[in-house]
Amino acid sequence: MTSTDTTRQPRPAAGAAPAIELRGLHKAFGPVRAVDGIDLVIQPGEVVAFLGPNGAGKTTTIDMLLGLAQADAGDVRVLGMDPTRAIAEGRISAVMQSGGLLKDLTVGETVELTASFFASARSTSEVLARAGIADIADRRVEKCSGGQQQRLRFALALLPDPELIVLDEPTTGMDVEGRRDFWTALRADAERGRTIMFATHYLEEADAYADRIVLISHGRIVADGSAAQVKSLTAGRIVSATLPGLLADAPEVAALRALPGVLDLEVRRDRVILRTSDSDGVARHLLTQTAATDVEITARGLEDAFLALTGDTQTDTTGSLS
Amino acid sequence: MSTITSTAPATTADRAPRRGLVNLAYLQIELRRLLRNRRTLIFALIMPPVFFLLFGTVQEYKTKSVGYANITAWIMVSMALYGAMLATTSGGASVSIERSQGWTRQLRLTPLRPASYVFTKVVSAMVLGLASVLVTTTVGLVEGAKPLGLHPSMDGQWGRIAAATALAWVCSAVFAAFGLFMGYLLPSENVMQVLGPILALLAFAGGLFVPLGTGLFATIAKFIPTYGVAQLARWPLTGTGGGSDIDTGNLALAVLNVVVWATIFTVGAAWRFRKDTARV
Repeated sequence: MTSTDTTRQPRPAAGAAPAIELRGLHKAFGPVRAVDGIDLVIQPGEVVAFLGPNGAGKTTTIDMLLGLAQADAGDVRVLGMDPTRAIAEGRISAVMQSGGLLKDLTVGETVELTASFFASARSTSEVLARAGIADIADRRVEKCSGGQQQRLRFALALLPDPELIVLDEPTTGMDVEGRRDFWTALRADAERGRTIMFATHYLEEADAYADRIVLISHGRIVADGSAAQVKSLTAGRIVSATLPGLLADAPEVAALRALPGVLDLEVRRDRVILRTSDSDGVARHLLTQTAATDVEITARGLEDAFLALTGDTQTDTTGSLS
Repeated sequence: MSTITSTAPATTADRAPRRGLVNLAYLQIELRRLLRNRRTLIFALIMPPVFFLLFGTVQEYKTKSVGYANITAWIMVSMALYGAMLATTSGGASVSIERSQGWTRQLRLTPLRPASYVFTKVVSAMVLGLASVLVTTTVGLVEGAKPLGLHPSMDGQWGRIAAATALAWVCSAVFAAFGLFMGYLLPSENVMQVLGPILALLAFAGGLFVPLGTGLFATIAKFIPTYGVAQLARWPLTGTGGGSDIDTGNLALAVLNVVVWATIFTVGAAWRFRKDTARV
């Protein structure tokens, strides 16, 4: 992830306006509060994953971001303007989850037709090449695989050369190869400095392709930061070590428990297992102040962070350690 | 601007949204799609002339006048109108399929104005309607539809056949609005499977296929949406009848029928269209 950071060349921002600015966003469907107070600012050039389980409010937020839905309360600004205007000017494009294609057209016709809607558009051959589907321009849309259709949607999104692309669960229903090809195309484009926000419930996608992860659950943002930060938010890392002749009420254990950042401690035979936000401090203490051997530090996966933060499943921390 | 390596953002002038209703590229693709749709072509371009050949070419019909033309011409214009109705209805109703495929939602993510979309659908529906009228008329003229006066003074007026044909096409616009209304109203993916039989029933009930005569059905017919367009399109052929046994009804009543139904369908389509494009 850090390697993408260094190769990216953010495009000079047109003015100082953030790419996306959501303030106090609320949207309810009857008694269901789909979006329950979202504040989010995304700067030009960022690649942001909008991560959450199904029903977390991702699609509703994206609909409001694109002007497809009206917020009950709150404010949406895209590149400093109203979403409808940003769309009319081709500054923002979207790749939706499914649908939105006429099955009886060919891939090339779909691109040419969509290009005609914009005052100025990139060439058909260029966007097809960028999306990696130049070889299937003459194929009917209905004959394309899910992955090919999704890359076609991506090609359409590239037409107005937008400053911002929003993708709603772009790889849902794709096979492994389709997903890989899709992300290859998207990543190549992101390196040109476009702002990208994608919703996903695939943790590995968020981890692998985003600079920043915004975790959403029950219509609220529960975490926001780099993948590493989001992971550490659930209590960072696990440090474990073997202490010969260890007893649960030994003074070493009390000293470990008192270390700054330690959140949880468990003793299993002669092995002590700690959950800590300061793994370095714990390791230093173990190695310098005790006779600990076999010290192990493991990062908790994003999966753990996801489950713990979204609170949909009550995670049993001791269970995950065994 | 068109090179792959260019990273320059489009200028503000380039970003200005397109104006106007007409998008020729879209219209061209829509027409190409109509030609690809075998079912639509059969309904609009093959069925009406076949019906005409089956019901309109009896020898007696060619020698009997309805006022200014023979019965064969009367049936030709009726079938041309029926074909145009089918064509424009299915053109309008295709918004139903495109809604269910998410295409109209996709369009909202582009600068294309929703009104421009509807305009394109209506124009392509009318083009298909015109093709249908021309095919049926061509077959009709080859097969003996011609001017035939009840009196020698009413004979030989080809202009009346041309006018009736043109009216059949113009009147079919009412059904483009009907198709749009139904297309926005019905969620079905195969909306024409419902509308096809409905149109056939309306054609019978409105006196498009067979003369109405007098009696209860003739009275009911005056309220049917096909009645006005049928009477109006055939008016140049019949005039006030002048003693033929074809029921010509009342021109004012026919016009009123067309205006009322055109208004109902247009307002209905506009109402559903606004609902469809409203931000929720």
